[in-house]
Amino acid sequence: MNWVNAIVQGILVGGLYALFAAGLSLIFGVMRLVNIAHGDLIILAAYVALVVVQLTGLHPLASLIAVVPLMAAFGYALQRGILNRTLGKDILPPLLVTFGLSVILQNGLLQVFTADSRKLNAGAMETMSFNAVAGINIGLMPLLMFLTAVAVIAGLQFVFYRTAMGRAFRAVSDDKETARLMGLDNDKVYAAAMALCLSVVAIAGIFLAIRSNFDPALGPGRLIFGFEAVIIGGLGNLWGTLAGGVILGVAQGIGAQIDPGWQLLAGHLAFLLVLAFRPKGLFPRIEG
Amino acid sequence: MTAAAIITRSTRASRIAGVLALAAVILLAAAPWWGSRADLRLIGEFATYVALASLWNLLAGYAGLVSVGQQAYVGLGGYVLFTCVLFLGLNPLLAIPLAGLAAGLLAIPVAKLVFRLQGAYFAIGTWVVAEVLRLSFAQVQALGGGSGISLPVDAVRAIASSRDLREWFIYWISLGLGTGAVLVAYLLLRSRIGLALTAIRDSEVASMSLGVRITSVKFAVYVLVAAATAMVGSLIFLQKLRITPDAAFSVNDWTAFVIFIVVIGGIGTIEGPVIGTIVYFLLREFLADLGSTYLLILGALAIVIMLAAPKGIWGSIAQRFGISLFPTGYRVHWRE
Repeated sequence: MNWVNAIVQGILVGGLYALFAAGLSLIFGVMRLVNIAHGDLIILAAYVALVVVQLTGLHPLASLIAVVPLMAAFGYALQRGILNRTLGKDILPPLLVTFGLSVILQNGLLQVFTADSRKLNAGAMETMSFNAVAGINIGLMPLLMFLTAVAVIAGLQFVFYRTAMGRAFRAVSDDKETARLMGLDNDKVYAAAMALCLSVVAIAGIFLAIRSNFDPALGPGRLIFGFEAVIIGGLGNLWGTLAGGVILGVAQGIGAQIDPGWQLLAGHLAFLLVLAFRPKGLFPRIEG
Repeated sequence: MTAAAIITRSTRASRIAGVLALAAVILLAAAPWWGSRADLRLIGEFATYVALASLWNLLAGYAGLVSVGQQAYVGLGGYVLFTCVLFLGLNPLLAIPLAGLAAGLLAIPVAKLVFRLQGAYFAIGTWVVAEVLRLSFAQVQALGGGSGISLPVDAVRAIASSRDLREWFIYWISLGLGTGAVLVAYLLLRSRIGLALTAIRDSEVASMSLGVRITSVKFAVYVLVAAATAMVGSLIFLQKLRITPDAAFSVNDWTAFVIFIVVIGGIGTIEGPVIGTIVYFLLREFLADLGSTYLLILGALAIVIMLAAPKGIWGSIAQRFGISLFPTGYRVHWRE
């Protein structure tokens, strides 16, 4: 029963990893940018939520109404102010600039909030759970997290394929020169994509902060989880990313069940196995 | 009228620079006779960073392989050295080339895997490999697990019996690896591989159509750099006499600083990593007391340079004045 339990909990955590990954996948899809600072932005969102909760006394989940727009605005400004200037044929500038940004965010957070670990307290709902089948308890928070991930992915899918903004995203992704000829301001489209990405990052950051302790050094690890979920699922497939997150979560759950020291290692090994045998991911996008 | 083309490689500036560089290396090699113990340590560390920066520059600046996971090989080098000395009783100096060999062998399957990832995803893939090594070494109880292990003084006595002589040997090897890395990069770039790398850097598609075997060239550079990085890593931890998984596979110490050094000095130039290391050490002298602010400033400086002068300090100077201290191309002059 322990094993089934480990798998069920792994699936639910996979939702959080899918939230880490969705923004990464979106940005890569629209502008071929891999943001090395993505994980640090998740941690930044967690700290923003902490400040909002401390200032207003809101429930952590309710703080979303402030944190999402704040992070979205930050994303828009970041893209227009810095990242747009790095986009081009050469992959080096965006990579190195976001790497520098990652170091700045980590050390900036360290200065302001110290290295002490923090946590958001969601009150009684943190410990609520219900008995699904005999021996398997499902926590309310993990379930909520997973359902949120499904909703976010469905929402992104809707924006991408059913709205004018999504059409602009797809247009600049397919052919940026022609998109410009059709009257799109590519810089603004990229900035809108980054704003949307950081809205998802805000949600991910809050769930991370409720689920466990966090400190300024956690960013790179979250980036790696998100990245692994994207590659396991297959580039350019948002539902695949959700599946990738779930597979990563389950692998870690099984690893932890064998030996607590194996938790992270098992996740990385699952990623390397997929890379070795299915380099396009388990659910590659059908071309054409 | 007869015009003859003269093709030269070296220039007046490069000949002068060559003589000066040789003089500087000789002067530094004699440091044990004129410098204090602290001087030796500082210059040794300087040479170590020159080596790491030159090697990373070869990967990212020339082969287009932007790795953020070179700490994998630094740490592996350190752990191979500790294993050889503690369990096989080898002389630590003999363990350094063995560390290079081990890393080169590991780099072959690793390259087969991470080369499947394109561009920026390659970068994060290399990081995952480093994380896997860190977590794996943390599981090895014989090597102290997560809390690490020390090298007893008895084990390093094999290098030399007196402390002075030991420190001199380690210093000379650091200096050798630093100059060696620059020299190997220089010679490599002047060879056929260098021509292929330059072609790849300028246009992958065009070089492929001219018959450059892109993947094998990149593969060879990746494995070579991994082996050399591990040798530097083994030396670093021979000096420290203590290794922990977190220190051995630290992304900040062995990759972030190195990337900043190369970007500030000038990526894709041979002189850049050396200049960047000088700037890095100067900044550290003045700002190290600031702790994490220092990293903040370094990160911001790298971003500003990447946006305003992506060729870095040396790249901008070379472009403006048309000089090259380590010329890898040819110049054509006409004589009538």
